[in-house]
Parts: sequence; C-alpha cells; structure tokens
Amino acid sequence: MTSFPEAARAALGDSQLRHNLRNATTTIREKRAGVVAEVPDWEELREAGRAIKADVMARLDHYLVQFEEAVHAAGGTVHWARDAAEANRVVLDVARAHGAHEVVKVKSLTTDEIELNEALAAGGVHAVETDFAELILQLDGDWSSHILVPAIHRNRAEIRDLFVRTIARGRELSDAPSELAETARLYLREKFLDAKVGVSGANFGVAETGTIVVVESEGNGRMCTTLPPVLVTVLGIEKLVPRFGDLEVFLQLLPRSSTGERMNPYTSLWTGVTAEDGPQELHVVLLDNGRTNVLADETGRQALHCIRCSACLNVCPVYSRTGGHAYGSVYPGPIGAILTPQLRGLENAKSLPYASSLCGACYEACPVKIDIPAVLLHLRAETEKPVAEGAAMRALARIFGNRKLYERAQRVARVGERPARHLPGPLARWTEVRDLRPLPPETFREWWSRERGA
Amino acid sequence: MSAAREEILRRVRAAKGDVPAQRERAYRTSGTRDAAERAALLHERLADYRARVESDLAGVLAGLAHTRIGVPPGLPPEWRPASPVEDHGLTPHQLDELHGVVTGCTVAIAETGTIVLAGGPTEGRRALTLVPDLHVCIVRSDQVVETVPEAFAALRGLEHRPLTFVSGPSATSDIELQRVEGVHGPRRLVVVLLDSLAPGR
Repeated sequence: MTSFPEAARAALGDSQLRHNLRNATTTIREKRAGVVAEVPDWEELREAGRAIKADVMARLDHYLVQFEEAVHAAGGTVHWARDAAEANRVVLDVARAHGAHEVVKVKSLTTDEIELNEALAAGGVHAVETDFAELILQLDGDWSSHILVPAIHRNRAEIRDLFVRTIARGRELSDAPSELAETARLYLREKFLDAKVGVSGANFGVAETGTIVVVESEGNGRMCTTLPPVLVTVLGIEKLVPRFGDLEVFLQLLPRSSTGERMNPYTSLWTGVTAEDGPQELHVVLLDNGRTNVLADETGRQALHCIRCSACLNVCPVYSRTGGHAYGSVYPGPIGAILTPQLRGLENAKSLPYASSLCGACYEACPVKIDIPAVLLHLRAETEKPVAEGAAMRALARIFGNRKLYERAQRVARVGERPARHLPGPLARWTEVRDLRPLPPETFREWWSRERGA
Repeated sequence: MSAAREEILRRVRAAKGDVPAQRERAYRTSGTRDAAERAALLHERLADYRARVESDLAGVLAGLAHTRIGVPPGLPPEWRPASPVEDHGLTPHQLDELHGVVTGCTVAIAETGTIVLAGGPTEGRRALTLVPDLHVCIVRSDQVVETVPEAFAALRGLEHRPLTFVSGPSATSDIELQRVEGVHGPRRLVVVLLDSLAPGR
C-alpha cells in the first residue's frame, strides 16, 4: 500500500476535502460532547464496556462455541471463515442456492474489509448497497472517507449530478437534501420489496442467546434484515458480548459516541429464525481474517474491543486534516492506525503507526477505553527504526553526557540555524513534514551565568 | 467448513490471554424520576427527534379516517381506527400500499426517547411497522422507564423475540451532515402517550 505520508500529501492538497472534513469532524465532535456530558455515569459505562470486551477476549473460544449453539438452537446456520475468501464463498453459495442475481446489503465495514461486493460480482451476483452514503460511493465507484459518514467528501451538487446520471430516471432533481433522499428511497424501495437475499454485518452478537444486533439510522438495515426471505450476516469473531444484558452498556456508549445522538433511530435485534416474522433462513458467518493474530498480541489485542463508533476519528488532529483515504484501509483514523497493521501484518502497513502525534485525544474519546497511543508506541517499537534516528540518538547521548560538548553544541546550533528551515542529510526527513522551531537567542545556561555567574 | 471451525478455535486458544478480573456494574441501573417526570422526559426527547407526541388517542384515530391503516391482529378495538387492515401475512408489496400502521409497544425509554417493539400481539411483526410511511405507536405511561438498563430488565424473558428499538423517524445526515427525516423507514412517527396511571381511567 501507499505509505501514509505520500497519501496524506495528496489529501492535504484537496481544499474541498479539508473544508468538508473540518466541518464534519467539528460538528460531530460538538454533538458528541453535548450528549456525553448529560450522562452522569459515563465513566462507569466506559469502564464496564472495557471490562466486558476484555472478558470476551479472554474467553473467546468459549463464547464462540456458546454463540454457535444458541444460533443453531434458534434455527440459524453458523459458518466459520478463516479468511476473506472463505467468508465470501459462503455468501456467494447462499445467493446462488436461491437463484439470486442481486442481494440487498446493509453498510458493513466487515464486508468492505473482505471485499465481498467484488467477490460476489465475480460470481455473477450484484450487491446493492442500501445505506445512503454507500449508495453514492457505489454508484460513483468511489470509497469511504469516514466510518460514519462515508461520503462526507461529497457535496450536494455532486450528489445531484451523480443521481441524475444514474438513478433519477429522467426526473427533475434539485440539490435539496430531502429531494436527494427521496430519489434514493424510491430507487431502493423496489429493490427491498423484491429482494430474495439480504446481507448484513453486525454491531454485536450475544453469546448467551445467539442474538444479532444492527445499529443504524435510515431503516435500510431493517429493510435488509426483515424483508428478504433469506439473510446472511457476516460477523467478526470479536463482535461478541457474553450476555444479553451487556447490550445495556453498549447501546448507551455507541450512539452517543458515534452520531452524537442519545439513541440512533433504529436498532434491530434478532435471534435465529422467528415463525412468520422476517427471514425464514438465517446464515451467520464467523470471520477470523487476521483477528486471531491481533488477539495474540498482549498489548495490541485491545484493538479488537473497538465498537466502530468513529469518535477517535473526529477528535484526531491528523485524521481531521487528511481524511480517511490516506490510511489506505477500510479502518481509518487512530483505530485504523492500530488495527490495519495488526490485521494485515505490520510489514504491509509500516507507516501507519507513525500517522499520529500521540496527543491522546483518541484514548479520551474512546467509549471502551482502548489505549490507542500505547498500542501505537508498541507497534512503532516493532517496526525497524529509521537508520538516521539510531545515529542521531547515539550522537545526542554523547553530547548530553558531557557538559562542554553540550554548551558548545548549543552555540553552534544557533550560529548554524540562520534561515535554515531544513535539516541536512539523513535528518531531512524530519523537516520534510515538520517546521523547525527557532532557537531562543539565549540558553538558560547562558542566562544563568550572566545573571548569577561566578 | 468444520476444518475452519477447528482451526479458528485452535488459533483463539493459542492467542488469548489470562482471564481478567471480575466486572462490575457500577453504572446506573435505575432512574430517580417519578411516573409523571418520566412521561414528560419521554415527550421532550421524542420531540427532539421530531417525532409527534399526542395525548388525544381518539383525535389521532379520527384523523386516520379515509386512509389505509394496517394493524396487528392483537390490537384492542379501542386502539383501532375505522375499518383497519389486519395483518395476516401481507406481502411486502401489500404493506407498501398501506398509508400507515397503528401499534402498541413493550417498553419506552424516557432518557433516550426510544420505544421498543417486541413482536407482541399489539405490536405485530417487524415488516408491519417498517414498510408503511406512518407509524402511530401507543404508549401507556406504565410502560415508560427512565434508563436503558431498566428497559433491558423489562425485556427479560423476551430475548428470543425480534426486537426493534425506535428513536424518532428514519433519518440520514449523509448529505453535508444536514439531517433529513425519512429515508427508508416510516417518515412520520406519532407517539400517543396514554396516562394509564391517572385515577378514573
């Protein structure tokens, strides 16, 4: 993949992207702060969320088997997928078994991660994205820049032009958001009413009961999980919670952290198959695809606690300037910077642990208290250090260890500073991306010897 | 696929760490408001999501005359509009021809402005409250709890039913973060709050 600094450079040159991002991250950040402040036990909820997820990771094998049994007992079928190819195969086989050339799909990062749509297309099945933003991206062959509002880099005029070209069917269309939403509603309603197979991800799976939970706003999730006679849900193995009652914690943490709402418009919970209500055939795919690698790392495994709220994106000084594309993954922002290298292997995403200033805002915002800065440092320690850094550190160690050398170095630095804004040689990589701070005219030691000098 | 099952479980067992310390439920599990305060809070929070909140059931039902309104078979007669369409397995296309639907609910959460549907006799199956463009939901004040954990306590024993948490009408903020009510779910949500605790009712 393209390194983060290279990809970020392109994003930083896009003034519309930067404007939309600043607007989006600031707005959502403020809404979140407002609804979090009104919850008196927010810290207790965060701690409960963290502890529940830690428990899941410590007993994941037990919970997976329990979940499988519960789904089975409720009339569903569980499939296990070691990697993307196995998961995609299950979905394709289900679609084919029912002669479906088209499936309706709820926005799901997990299915984006395994590139399900591409795999289905290769097998002759078209996956219709039904989330408003995902539909926009799919119609335009684009991809997401934000977990929560994936098309935030698009303006209403662009969306209007796109709809006129694709789904408006000759209808006159202004760029009023309500009219654009109506266009999508009419187009997708036909798809929902006639769909044979629905495909979803999931926010949570309950080990105790086999219940699956989808949290959403538009109602497309309800459509996809209720109307088609057949439903396939792809669930990362880390999405389990032990008990049904644990949802009382996450359904408070997630909406407030995510959209800044007290509760999102729709949350659907279903357990297996219910007679005369919803799909009569349910398939659940339990997906590994690198998650057990993450689990094996004692420090890094907390990345699996993530409930995909995107609060860390909105507070991140790096993300709010570069946007999601620079991270080269379906998981952008601070959480992406620790999740992607662990899922794909650090050698495939070496620059991502450095895509952070380590300011710690993400940790503060995280509803399940993932210590993202600690994991970033841990991953940095595992990447090979740039050669220049080692040499510079050794030289500095010598200078700091000797008073005469130190004082001389300070004087030399001031003389050598002049208008130079760029460091020479191997140190140039530092000043490529940072401004050098000017040195003060006098050091503390010089001031001390002038004022109090012997 | 059982090879995949065995291998994933083997990987998990090799990777997982120690069992962590016991979890605590230190967060609030009950509220402090009385029934009238809970109803007032629910009203405020629902209105905040641009749901319409009413107390005059007869007036709301009269307003539905001359429209095609679906009802679940178990909805009591006094909650029905004139000549409703009972749902006995209507197809998605037939549901799409309804103008609206009237149902009850299982529990409502004041703090978050949420009504919870649990597929009971007054609530019907999920598709019934999804496809029509108007959802009129009747909430008795004794069904209103203050907090999310209290709602989960009320749902105990119903875990295997299909559950839908509804907080306001369907919405999207995907276009320049401007909220638009009504994409795929009902574009209008009307909640009728019945004062079931008042004397003489």
